Amino acid sequence: MLKIENLHVKLEDEEKQILKGVNLEVGAGQVHAIMGPNGSGKSTLSYVLSGRAGYEVTDGEAHLGDVDLLDIEPEERAAAGLFLAFQYPVEIPGVGNMTFLRTAVNAQRKARGEEEMSAAEFLKVVRAKAKTLKIDADMLKRPVNVGFSGGEKKRNEILQMAMLEPKMCILDETDSGLDVDAMKLVSEGVNALRSEGRSFLVITHYQRLLDHIKPDVVHIMANGRIIKSGGPELALEVEQNGYADILAEVS
Amino acid sequence: MSAVAETMNVTDERLAGLTLPAGGWSDAARKDALSRVQMMGLPSRRDEYWKYTRPDTLTQAVVVPAALFHNDEAALFDDVERLKIVFVDGVFDADASDDLSLEGVSIERLATADADIHWARDVYGVLETNGQKPVERPLAALNTAFATDGVLIHVTGAASKPINMIYLHNSETSDVMLHNVIKLDAGASLTVLETGPAAARLNMVTEVEVADTAAFHHIRAQGRDHERRAATHIFARLGTESVFKSFTLTANGVMTRNECVLELTGDDAKATVGGACVGDGDFHHDDTVFITHDAENCESRQVFKKVLRNGATGVFQGKILVKAGAQKTDGYQISQSLLLDGDSQFLAKPELEIYADDVICSHGSTSGAIDETALFYLQSRGISKPVATDLLTLSFLAEAVDEIEDETLREQINERMASWLERRRG
Repeated sequence: MLKIENLHVKLEDEEKQILKGVNLEVGAGQVHAIMGPNGSGKSTLSYVLSGRAGYEVTDGEAHLGDVDLLDIEPEERAAAGLFLAFQYPVEIPGVGNMTFLRTAVNAQRKARGEEEMSAAEFLKVVRAKAKTLKIDADMLKRPVNVGFSGGEKKRNEILQMAMLEPKMCILDETDSGLDVDAMKLVSEGVNALRSEGRSFLVITHYQRLLDHIKPDVVHIMANGRIIKSGGPELALEVEQNGYADILAEVS
Repeated sequence: MSAVAETMNVTDERLAGLTLPAGGWSDAARKDALSRVQMMGLPSRRDEYWKYTRPDTLTQAVVVPAALFHNDEAALFDDVERLKIVFVDGVFDADASDDLSLEGVSIERLATADADIHWARDVYGVLETNGQKPVERPLAALNTAFATDGVLIHVTGAASKPINMIYLHNSETSDVMLHNVIKLDAGASLTVLETGPAAARLNMVTEVEVADTAAFHHIRAQGRDHERRAATHIFARLGTESVFKSFTLTANGVMTRNECVLELTGDDAKATVGGACVGDGDFHHDDTVFITHDAENCESRQVFKKVLRNGATGVFQGKILVKAGAQKTDGYQISQSLLLDGDSQFLAKPELEIYADDVICSHGSTSGAIDETALFYLQSRGISKPVATDLLTLSFLAEAVDEIEDETLREQINERMASWLERRRG
């Protein structure tokens, strides 16, 4: 599904190398988690894959299926099936959540040569999906993320994911700022989307999210590289001992 | 030539080409106004109040021709239940207009209201004269003297539907002065819609007397003719617990100066002036607002948003004057521009002058580009960059458009702006 090879990335405006040779392959239907200390490059990886400006790829490749991700615009990556759930979802005053969602869904459908969703059909689908995420009609009507609580913003991200039906979902610290109940709700939303044809890359600081969203593989990232990979037990090890042991072990 | 001599020269030349209409009841006001114009002289670029906007094409005797704009979209507010009053290049079009009758409202035309003593005599030129202090507005006085037509509306109750003045532009050299007078009695309410470019060059004055507890709503869309020019003035006086809300949408137009002069004279009055403009290329748009608080516990809001690109220029001059005794005043003023490229400019001059000690007044002015983080967010959801830019542009304008109270009318303005942006994308 997602294949990253020897990815080197620096900041566009300064000579600061952030990713120093990331290799990662996420198979179809798999859930991979990336953990790592602050500043290890986790969020940068998610931004570079989804096409945010400000980064320069100096070496390496990233493919989603047959699609060369690094060569195309963010919207084309989205149409190809990539989705990034933001750590800090952006507020957009004056644009209704529903308008935004429908514009996004139909833009992707159009880009893929599929038929656009009618207003009535869209409404039916979005209402059903919103309900399972406990997103009420008011939240759908309000401007995108404006006045939403931290938990509401994250649920709104998952709603977008559910509507866009991506192949590859990247969750960037989706657990940050969530209380226990909100985390459970968001995780249930994610788990409901798990399927054979859909993969996840879950970036997190904490093992507790992985209690809810059970990963197949856990990677530890430090200093711009993946330094260790293993099963779910690796996350438990980090939770108990911190990163010091692992960092010492590989250095 | 000295500055004064140059001003008088322009004024003399302009006045030489005009004759005072025989107005009956308005004769005295017109003659007064003429002598005021002669005293003040028309604005020149040396005037502080015209520092950011060159007045020459608005004041000179000869009108600069404006090509007609081929408009293929449905007229704005077409599906709103309303009473239509149509002017073509300033000339009343009876066939295109509705019957000028509406319950609780008396509607006449300035050109044909020939009673010896007319109710409008107490308003016509009166609010304009009040508004000449402390800042002179000679173009408004010129209008009071020479306006050839306009609408006189006296509202005694709650008007059952909006009145829509539709100003069509059909001649490349039309030079038009229209003057509207609107008087709302205590407790009355009315919504006025104004649409269209009106002329190659328009000088428009609207005087609005809002009596105690009356409510006046005004929505204006100035027409998309690229080469049209306009100088407009709104003068309003607000009584106790009255409401005044005015919103202007401007897209295109090579030169627009919209002045709004409000005086809050009764306690607990509420006034809002808002504007959204979208300028591209040869576009100069100036909002000049002067709000005087002269009573207690009043609220005023100024919310102006401008989207500028390809060398377009936006100007905002907004003043809140709080007189001594106008305690508990709540004044809010925001003017913001979204500059879509490096060629455009926004010039803002916010002013507060406060003589009362228990007031809240805030003002802010910003210029900025599209928010890159928001743009990326939208793109990451599959929305192309041009569409995402348009969504963020609408988002930027929303705060001003949201000042329109009526949801249907607000949505019509939003839809119209969205379709303009979409068409521009091609």
